[in-house]
Amino acid sequence: MADTPATAAPVAKEDVTKLSFEEALEELKDIVKRLESGEGRLDEAIEAYERGANLKQQCEKKLQEAQAKIERIGLGSDGTPTTSPFESQ
Amino acid sequence: MSETYTTPGLQPERAGANLPELTVSEISGAIKRTLESAFDRVRVRGEISGFKRAASGHCYMALKDERAVLDGVCWRGTAQRLSIQPEDGLEVIATGRITSYAGRSKYQMVIDSLELAGEGALLKLLEERKRKLGAEGLFAPERKRALPFLPEVIGVVTSPSGAVIRDILHRLAERFPRRVLVWPVLVQGQGAAEQVAEAIRGFNALPAKGPVPRPDLLIVARGGGSLEDLWAFNEEMVVRAAAESAIPLISAVGHETDTTLIDFASDRRAPTPTAAAEIAVPVRSELQSQVLDFERRLLGSSVRQLAERRNQVEGLARGLPDPQRLLQEKTQSLDDRSERLQLAGRSFLDRRGAELESLGHRLPHPRQQLRYAQQALDGARDRLSPAMQRLVTQRRQLVERLRPLPPRRELAHAVQTLATCGERLEPAMRRVLTARKDTLDASKRLLETLSYKGTLERGYAVVRGPQGLQPRAKDVRKGDELRIEFFDGAVTALASGGREASSAAAKPATPPQPHGPAPKQGKLL
Repeated sequence: MADTPATAAPVAKEDVTKLSFEEALEELKDIVKRLESGEGRLDEAIEAYERGANLKQQCEKKLQEAQAKIERIGLGSDGTPTTSPFESQ
Repeated sequence: MSETYTTPGLQPERAGANLPELTVSEISGAIKRTLESAFDRVRVRGEISGFKRAASGHCYMALKDERAVLDGVCWRGTAQRLSIQPEDGLEVIATGRITSYAGRSKYQMVIDSLELAGEGALLKLLEERKRKLGAEGLFAPERKRALPFLPEVIGVVTSPSGAVIRDILHRLAERFPRRVLVWPVLVQGQGAAEQVAEAIRGFNALPAKGPVPRPDLLIVARGGGSLEDLWAFNEEMVVRAAAESAIPLISAVGHETDTTLIDFASDRRAPTPTAAAEIAVPVRSELQSQVLDFERRLLGSSVRQLAERRNQVEGLARGLPDPQRLLQEKTQSLDDRSERLQLAGRSFLDRRGAELESLGHRLPHPRQQLRYAQQALDGARDRLSPAMQRLVTQRRQLVERLRPLPPRRELAHAVQTLATCGERLEPAMRRVLTARKDTLDASKRLLETLSYKGTLERGYAVVRGPQGLQPRAKDVRKGDELRIEFFDGAVTALASGGREASSAAAKPATPPQPHGPAPKQGKLL
């Protein structure tokens, strides 16, 4: 019941680290737009700024994770996939 | 040409000779051997009909043309390696041998390989297959899944050798280096379709948290080639595997102009393998600058918003009176009032005092009054004389007109009185002053007389003991130091008589006997 993927709740608001890059970037974009419109209450704006700073960190973290690792899939004797370093032939 | 069909191993008999009797099996075997030696490798073109795959894995079909039908069989091991999947209506060229099936008095072709008969036939097949799979909904737009914006792991199904995988890896590294899993497959020829389909399913079957990460995105790629070269990607099993893939899939088969059925079933078709890599990942540097831009705008807008709020608050605050100033004003006002209250009483008195003083000032000094009176008197005197003169003159004229009888004596008397009064005024005043001075002098003399100094001058002296003035002899004790003040100075004396100072307490019964004469003092006055 708890892990029904179809009804999985949207990622909790405060858990920035669970967001994908795209989600984090999208939310950051929304926050920037909202702040630039200058609307809303001041405490909300401050909250939004803090959230935006966290989102930006998450985005940067995801961008830092750019590391190429190329592997070749092979099937083991029992048919399970295994990986080995890929070398172009 | 009947000899041609003479079965080897059987002795030909003359007609009418006693033919050897053969069993069905013997003749069937003979026919089989004859067929197999004569047609041990043939290529037959025909249309597949009645295709059937048995539970054993063997495939059965018939090849036919307008006039004839040839049964065909494809054993299981071969069927798995066919480059095309047989199906009814397919115009094929089958390669194999002819043999017989003795059990059913049948001859048939054992098919080793199948190829499609000509491009026209291939295209026709492609169209039919496309229509059929499309009718099943495999190509429906609603089946397409969105590609992940930034996949962590990318699975690539392609040949491990050649330009395709290199192009893909190169372009991925340029844009956004990612973890890539390459599932090597044959991309053409026999078994290619099976391998490709198996690879797609294999990636999908990877557990989400296994040792081999499950890709977020698949790329199925192959370089350009002829329709036959690309045919594996038109095979139904490949198309179905692509359509069923839970992982979003990009197909990149052949060149821009080549279209294979997998392109319809994939979530996204890339014109080339390089393009597939471009679709798969965004450009990292662009994202970095985008994030930087957002960061800058985030900071800028926050700062601006705070500044705006501050300005608003300050603007409003300007409209508010300063509470401290209000308070100060009120305090000042209070101070002012309380001070005035305090002053009011005093000021009332002062004012009255001032009025009094002013009135007092206006009250002339007696001397002033005298002077005023003197002046008035002088004025009157001055005026009196001429007036009198005029009156006298008038009267004289009158009198002279009547009879010359002047009242000189009365006038002279008045003048005399006036002069006398004026003369008496000064001495009278002097007398008053002299009388006062005499009183004062008398008082002064009396005061001097009453002063003890005066008394001293007359020969008396003042005696002071340790307790001060010592007017009584009984207070003097023997040995007391006495200070005797005469009118011209003072001397100290030691009392040789008087009460015993030390024995006063020890011998209270003994009355104090004065020893020696105490300084005799007369009455002061």
